[in-house]
Amino acid sequence: MRDLTYIVLIKQVPDMDEVEFDYEEGRVDRSSAPLEPNPFDLNALEEAVKYKEEVGGRVIAISMGPKQAESTLKDAIARGADEGILLHGREFAGSDTWATSLALGKAIDTVGNFDLIFSGEKTVDGDTGQVGPEVAEFLNIPHVAFVSNVTARRENEVEVESESWGATYVKSMTTPGLITVTKDVNDPRLPSFKDKQRARKTDITNWGVEDISIDPDNLGVTGSPTRVANMEVPPPDKRESLLLRENPGNAVNQLLEKLDLGREK
Amino acid sequence: MSDVMVFAENNGEKVHPVSYELLGKGRELADKLEGELSAALLAGEKLPTEELIYRGADKVYYGIDSSLNEPVETNYKEALLDVISRVNPEVILIGATNFGRSLAPRVAMALDTSLTADCTGLDIDEDKNFIQIRPAFSGNILAHIKSRTSPQLATVRYREFPEARRDEGKKGEVIEMDLSLDGDSSGGIEILKEEHGKKVNLEDAEVVVAGGRGLKKEDDFELIEGLASTLEGKVGASRPLVDDGWIDRAHQVGYSGRRVKPRIYFACGISGQSQHLAGMKDSDIIIAINNDPSAPIFEYANYGIVGDLYEVVPELIRQLEEDH
Repeated sequence: MRDLTYIVLIKQVPDMDEVEFDYEEGRVDRSSAPLEPNPFDLNALEEAVKYKEEVGGRVIAISMGPKQAESTLKDAIARGADEGILLHGREFAGSDTWATSLALGKAIDTVGNFDLIFSGEKTVDGDTGQVGPEVAEFLNIPHVAFVSNVTARRENEVEVESESWGATYVKSMTTPGLITVTKDVNDPRLPSFKDKQRARKTDITNWGVEDISIDPDNLGVTGSPTRVANMEVPPPDKRESLLLRENPGNAVNQLLEKLDLGREK
Repeated sequence: MSDVMVFAENNGEKVHPVSYELLGKGRELADKLEGELSAALLAGEKLPTEELIYRGADKVYYGIDSSLNEPVETNYKEALLDVISRVNPEVILIGATNFGRSLAPRVAMALDTSLTADCTGLDIDEDKNFIQIRPAFSGNILAHIKSRTSPQLATVRYREFPEARRDEGKKGEVIEMDLSLDGDSSGGIEILKEEHGKKVNLEDAEVVVAGGRGLKKEDDFELIEGLASTLEGKVGASRPLVDDGWIDRAHQVGYSGRRVKPRIYFACGISGQSQHLAGMKDSDIIIAINNDPSAPIFEYANYGIVGDLYEVVPELIRQLEEDH
């Protein structure tokens, strides 16, 4: 029996609850917040680890980012991944989703012989959710997006539930393939102290452009089909609020008068 | 000349209303580009085409193939690539539904071209560049994106733009396409089952009544359900309640849940963390009920009742029912 290979795409992102936004300067201060694995990717990782536990194999977490993203890969190892690969180098910086997907796709090609790829629904900083399906297209494999439940795990096939066209579909997909998972799919486990200790000592593989034979012209700002022309940080959408502080009877009465809701009926 | 194409998503029974919203915006873009607006209606079953014309399309590229009966992205990708290669539009708009968000990246990657997700603004600048405005960083910033490849793809969420005005006098051309599909491009995907009615459709609701941490125990959700049913609305919840398993995640409103845009949104016992605000701040009218007058939710609400939701919500139900 062949050992299955699962790949998890994971990104290091700033903790969104802590990021400071400068509304006047229109700037995001990325350094204002601690870094963490993208929360949605933890669901992808958990699903890969569950697959491994049920069917067997190894889980490889792949990330693209600066050297410090090694800590996110170590976090993934503490949570059940067996290996971590970091794509890094200045050529990668500034890549949009197309260039990122190309790089991740090339890295997965370099790993070779994979069975299932797992990715999160989206990242909290990019918000696009398109890297998963783009990687699947690059690798010319099937994918199912927005998977909310994995209903059967088999060696050559996975069965999943996902929403589309206003209905829930149960789909089976033969491997190799890719799924993007939503937060509904599972509750990611927390790593134990021992797991964290072990992960800290694990080496993360670093790959640059030459390791995945990618033309640097296809990467970064030069290689990306899109570019950010400018950026605004709009102030929060506060509203002029009418606060009613009277007893509930009066407050509700006033509210309903303002709203004119159902009163005319 | 630069043309604009709208992908008219449908489930074989009807066209998704986001398509009419895209036609409204698409018309505006096509006029600025001095190009044509077309709709690509690709379906598994025969569907009426005239509505797309009434909503602004100059041409409808209409292709039927049995492989399009089910939501299998790779089959749709092949069909759409076929249409794109024959029509050569400069701008392609796709609804950011689950299906659209899953299909668009496959098409963009296959064409090695740009894709901008979840745009909230689209425009053509004085140099005829397509400007795509989209939120990032969990909705905290707006990025203005330009592309350097062609065609340029963008997805737009449902209810982001108003529907195109309907003009029954508008004329247009329907071009029936003989889709050159190999039959099966599904590449390993098989649909085993289709279930309807399982999904809680919060996105379509006119009224959403949501409960948060102000609720003391799971059973008290009945209050929220009671108000929702009095108003013929849907029930929402903030993340902590979902995380505690009080209610299914399908009801979660927020950045990691659903984004809703109802006519009226009731936030009952919800403090107003940015995670939650990201999912409801675009509602027409926001009403907050909270016993803490300093709760941030009041700054985002049109109306706030400072009081105990255990008194205010039953009172609301009582007065609403009395009025009937």
